[in-house]
Amino acid sequence: MAMVRVEHLVKTYGAARALDDVTLEFPDGGFFGLLGPSGSGKTTLLRAIAGFVLPETGRVFIDDEPVENVPVEKRGIGMVFQNYALFPNMTVAENVAFGLAVRKVTEAEKKRRVAEALELVQLAAFGARKPHQLSGGQRQRVAMARAIVTQPRVLLLDEPLSALDKALRVDMQIELKRIQREIGITTIFVTHDQEEALTLSDRIGILKDGRLIRHGPPREVYDDPQDSFTATFLGDARIFSGTVEAGGLRLADGTLVPGVRTPTVAVRPENLHLSVAEPDLPCRLQARLGQKIFGGALGTCLLDWRGEVIKVLGRDADFRDLPESGPVWVGWRPEHSIQMSG
Amino acid sequence: MSNAFLAHLGRAYVGLILFFLYAPILVMAAMSFNASEFYQLPFSFTTDWYAKLAGNREILSAAWRSVWIAVIVTAIATSLGTAASIALFRYDFPGKRVLQVLLFPPIAIPWLITGTAMLIFFFGIGLGRGTPAVILGHVALALPYVIVVVSARLTSFDRTLEEAARSLGASPWQITRAVTVPWILPGIIAGGLFAFAVSFDQFVVSYFLSEPGDSTLPVLIYTSIRKGFTPEINAISTIIIAVSMGIMLLAARYSNFGGER
Repeated sequence: MAMVRVEHLVKTYGAARALDDVTLEFPDGGFFGLLGPSGSGKTTLLRAIAGFVLPETGRVFIDDEPVENVPVEKRGIGMVFQNYALFPNMTVAENVAFGLAVRKVTEAEKKRRVAEALELVQLAAFGARKPHQLSGGQRQRVAMARAIVTQPRVLLLDEPLSALDKALRVDMQIELKRIQREIGITTIFVTHDQEEALTLSDRIGILKDGRLIRHGPPREVYDDPQDSFTATFLGDARIFSGTVEAGGLRLADGTLVPGVRTPTVAVRPENLHLSVAEPDLPCRLQARLGQKIFGGALGTCLLDWRGEVIKVLGRDADFRDLPESGPVWVGWRPEHSIQMSG
Repeated sequence: MSNAFLAHLGRAYVGLILFFLYAPILVMAAMSFNASEFYQLPFSFTTDWYAKLAGNREILSAAWRSVWIAVIVTAIATSLGTAASIALFRYDFPGKRVLQVLLFPPIAIPWLITGTAMLIFFFGIGLGRGTPAVILGHVALALPYVIVVVSARLTSFDRTLEEAARSLGASPWQITRAVTVPWILPGIIAGGLFAFAVSFDQFVVSYFLSEPGDSTLPVLIYTSIRKGFTPEINAISTIIIAVSMGIMLLAARYSNFGGER
C-alpha cells in the first residue's frame, strides 16, 4: 500500500504533448479515476507511473521513493490491461502464479496465495482452465487476481472494463470496488467512461490535451465543474452565455439569470424543470418543445431555444402532461446555476 | 469464356505444373527399384540398389556428414535467428530498417556467387576450405530463412503480453522463456526445419567450401555422376527427396502455409 505522486511530468511525441506539466497526488488506499477523451494523456500518465513510458522531465514517486530510474519489473506495481493480456499458453492458475514464480516463492506458498487470489475474484474452481475457455468477465477477474497476487504497492487499471458489454460492466464495477476495498490497495484507473469514473472512484482527475484540468472527489467536481470542458465532459450540461449585469447574467433573448457573476453559466439537464405555465422559479426562459423521448422510468425532452437544443432529463411522469410540442417554460433553482470560471 | 471453362483451364494448368515438377522425381524413384542398370524396361522390381547403397562406405559417410553438419547448422541458425527476430521485434534502434532490409538479398543472390564470395573471404581470413567453413557458410544461408519465418510468427504476438509479464516482475530473459518463446515456438520449429533443409540440400556452397574427401552427400552425388550414373545414386536421391519433402511438409504445417493453425 502506498501513496503515488507525480511532479511536473512532461512527455512529448513529436510535436504533440501527451503530458504537459502534470502534477498530481494519488492518496494511499484510494481509488483514483483518470478521465479524459482519447488523446488526453490519461493512458500515458498511467504508463508513466508503471514505467512503460519514460517522461522527458518530471518525477514519479511511489511511497516517497523516486522511481524514474526503476524499471517496470522492479516498481512493485500490479497492472490490468485493456485486453487483459492473459498468457494464452498457461492455465488460469499458472497465469496467476506467474508473478510469484518469477519471485521464486516456494511451491506451497505459491499454491496458497494463488488459491486465495482466485477465491477473492470468485474463480476458485477455474484454476485448470485456459484463458480461451473463459468469458470476458472471467478473464477480467483472472487479470485482477494475477495483478494483486504479488501484493503490489499500487494497482494500475487501463480501461479495465471497456471490453465488456454494458450489463456485465456494471456488475464488474461493483466487483472491482469490492476487491479494492477488501485489500485496500492504492488503485489508479484510466477510463473514458465518465459514469464509470463517478461510480468507482473516490477521487477523479480530468485530463485534456495532456493537461490536468481538474481533480478532486467526484461529487465535488460534478457539482462545481468550474470550467465548461469539465461541465460537459463529466455528465451533461447546457451552457448559456451572455453579458454580466448588476442583477445577473443577461442572455441573448433578454432573459436575466439572477445571481450569476460570470459570462457563462451551466445547468445540468436533470435540474431543469418543464411547464406550460410560467413557473415560480427565479431562473426561467421560454423555449419550444421539439421532441419527447420515452425511456422507461426516465425520459428526455429536447427543446429548441433560439435554434439551439436544450436537453431536459426527468421522470417520465413529469413529462406525461406536457403537449407533444409547442411553447414551454424551462426553469431551474438559482443554486443549480453553475458559474463558469473558464 | 465461361467460368466453368476457366476453372478447367486452371486445373489443367496446375496439373501440368505438378507433372513437370514431380514426373522426373517419380521416374528416378521408380528406377531406383528397377533391376536394369541402364534404365531398361520392362520394369522389374528389386531393392538391390538399396542393398548396395547400404554397403557403400563412401556414400554413407558423406550422408552421415551431411546430417551432422545440418544438425549443427540448424542449432546455430535457429538460436541466432530466433534471438535476432525477438530483438528486431522488441527494440527500436538506429539502423533497424536497414538491417531488416539487408537480411533479404542473401535469399535472392545466386548461391554460385555467394559461394564464390565466401570462398574468397574464408581464404582471405585464413580459414580456407573445410568443415568449419562449410558450417559457417550454411549458417549464413539459413539465417535469413529462420528470421523471416520467426518474425512472421511474431507479428501476431500481442506486445501487451510482454508488458504484463514485466509488470509482474519478470526480467527480459524470464519473459522470453515463459511468454515469448512458447508463442513463437511453431515459427521456431518451422525455421529450424528450413535451416536443416537449406543445409542438407546445399550443393553449390558446400562444393566450393568443402575439402576433397570431406564431401557432403550432394557434393559426393555430383562427383559420382561425373564418373558414371548408377541406380545407387537414384536410391540415395530418392531417400534424400523423401526426407526433404517430409521436413518441408512439417515446416509448412508449423509455418501455417496451408492456412491452418
